[in-house]
This record gives sequence, C-alpha cells and structure tokens, in this order.
Amino acid sequence: MKHAKRSVAATVLTTVLGVGALWHSTDGFAAFTAEAARRAEVLRSPRPLPSALLEDQDGRAFRLQDYRGKLLAVEFIYTRCSTICRSLGMAFRQIRDHVPPAMLGSDFELLSISFDPERDDTASLRSYGDTHGADSRHWRIARVRDAAELRQLLEAFGVVVIPDGMGGFEHNAAIHLLGRDGRLVSISDIEEPVVFAGRIAR
Amino acid sequence: MIMNASLSRHAGTATAMLYLLMATPPLRAWMEATMTGHMLLQMPLLAAIGFVSCRLLPQRLQDSLLDAAGGAIPCVLLATFVSSYWMLPRALDGALTSSFDEAAKFVSLPLLVGLPLGLAWRRLGIIGRSFVWTNAVSMLVVLGWLYVIAPVRVCNSYLVDQQEVAGWAMVKLALLLFACWLGSFFLGGAAAADRPAEPQRCDAHRPRSSPV
Repeated sequence: MKHAKRSVAATVLTTVLGVGALWHSTDGFAAFTAEAARRAEVLRSPRPLPSALLEDQDGRAFRLQDYRGKLLAVEFIYTRCSTICRSLGMAFRQIRDHVPPAMLGSDFELLSISFDPERDDTASLRSYGDTHGADSRHWRIARVRDAAELRQLLEAFGVVVIPDGMGGFEHNAAIHLLGRDGRLVSISDIEEPVVFAGRIAR
Repeated sequence: MIMNASLSRHAGTATAMLYLLMATPPLRAWMEATMTGHMLLQMPLLAAIGFVSCRLLPQRLQDSLLDAAGGAIPCVLLATFVSSYWMLPRALDGALTSSFDEAAKFVSLPLLVGLPLGLAWRRLGIIGRSFVWTNAVSMLVVLGWLYVIAPVRVCNSYLVDQQEVAGWAMVKLALLLFACWLGSFFLGGAAAADRPAEPQRCDAHRPRSSPV
C-alpha cells in the first residue's frame, strides 16, 4: 500500500515536472526551433548590439549606432546567393515601397549586411544593390570587414551561417527591426514584407 | 561468480571508456557533424551507456534505487520526458551553440534516460514494455516524417537536406524497431517481464525471459 502510494506520488510529480520543463523549454509549447525561440526572446527582451564597423557599396564606413533615433530594418545576405537572399532582397524592396515616403530617411532606413566579406567586395555589394533597387541612401548594402566583429554581430543577432558544401551558405533568413534606441526589437518572417511595412508606418 | 564480477568490471570499464571517448572534441565534432549522427548515433549511445551502466550496478543497489524512485512507471515517464526534450530541434541547436547545453546532454541522456529505463526494464510487464517500444517507434515516425516534409529548416546549425536525410533515417529506424519488437514476441515472449531478481542470484545466469 505504502509502495503504491509512493509510486503514484512519484508518477504525478514526474508528470508535473516533465510537462512543466517541456513547457518552459518551448516557451509554452510555442517555440520548438531555435529560430522561433530567438524571435520570442527578442520580443520579450530587446537586445543591445555590438558596434561593428561597416562598409557600404560606395565604400563609406559607418556603424549601426549611426542609425540611432531611427527605425532600421536589417537583413543578412551574401551577394552570390541565388535563393533565400533573393527573396530577402525582394522583401526589402517591397518594404521600402510600402513605407510612407515621408518616413524614409527621416525615421526609417534599410540595411543589408553581407556575412561573406571575403568575396563580397564593394563592387559585388553595389551590383546586389542595383539588382534589387537599393538606392545606397535609404537602403544600403554593407559588409563587416573585421572577421571578429562580424562574428560578434551575427552572434548578437542570433544569425547562424553554415557553408552548404557547394561554395554557398545556408542561414536563418529574417527581417530584423532595430528600434530608435539601437536595440534589436523584433524579428519577422520575410514572407510578409507588406505587413512589416504597415507596422513601421504605425 | 568471480568470473562474472570481472566480466562486469570489464564491461564497466569499456562503458566508461566509450563515454569518455565520446566526450572528446574530435568524436563529438564527428558525431554532431550531421543531424543523423547527432540524433540517431550520439544521443542513443549516450542513453545506452546509462542503461548498460545501470545493469552493471549491484542488484541490491538497482532495487533500492528503483524503490526510491517510486517504481517503474515514474522511471519510464522520466525517460520519456527527457528524451522528448532532446528530440526538439532547438535542443539540438542549443547543444551545438552552448557548452552548458552540451554538458547537460552528456549528463541527462545517460542519467535521466538510460539509467531509469535500465532500472525499470526488468520490472516492466508486457504492457509497460509495449508502451516503451511503441512510444519510441511513434516518436521516431512522427518526428522523422515532420523533418521530411518540413517546408522550413528546423535547425539553424544543419543544412536543410540533412534534415531530410535525418527524417528518413528516423522513419527507417522506427520500422526496424517495430520489426524487432514484433520479433521479440515470436522469440518466446522476450517482451514479457522477468521476475524481480533475488539479490543473491546472478543476473547473467538467469534465463532472459520468464517461462510464461
């Protein structure tokens, strides 16, 4: 009898703890992937970002922090990419076209950052920008020249880049929004650029 | 008896060696290089190490551990919950990006999956064992199929085609496990429970199944 009671108690305890642990580790059975977890975590607590030195398609040097006071959309790309980065480029173009023109430059800008600085020189950045209609003023294409800074930046954003074995990369693609205080405040799917633009305009 | 003791000592040494070897950076990197190696080689091996280590413990200790844990059912549940956690794509990514998670994996799979299963296994009746088998099979099939048809990459650390390879491997493994389980019925009720061992009797000399 004592045995049975103990067994029941242990069973209940294990179940409660087990479900609780799974609940906790999946953000309430909502985030089963690292990508979903990253998005949920950023929403909960906006992330500060390191100050990396960037270089755009015209060779101008700047930092993320230079955008303080404005909203900034950030995507990570490499210019030879023919799949997901192309979608990213198109999504950015749609965002740019759907954001109220008065906001562009004054309160909102776009930035595509290459994570392949070795091969993405300013000429490649410029050609990627031209392909997607980036004007190099309100939408810049940039690279991080310093490898260590790039690593820190990717880590802070939670972007994982892995070689695909065919000279290219696979990476988690998303649209990152930096708030006016320079912190990463939200991460959105690339499938809904118009919705994203609508949120910006509000 | 003496031979048995030395045999189990050798087995213990071999298990410990395997564990330590698996924890070395080169072997970890090799097993974790692919999703299939990570999920279907490293993780099951870690759990198996716990299972085997448990069975190498003195009988009396196994019995008292099982009693302390409240019997077979909580043990199986614990193993189910912990193994479910390590099936999550974000747990895989976590293990690759955080050394804390990686250490947690190396500790929890033997200690919280293999060991409790090892403790519970002899006491489980046919229903209990069937639960463990079908749970493993269904978890593998569902997860494997999800990985095969998933329209997105579920692990940031693995390529999308690896996801498909791992998915198919899981489905195949599930079929294999299912076949083994069915086979165990035909091989004279190996799926049935042994009686709780008497402490003075040697495990190795007991028949593997009870004569039902």
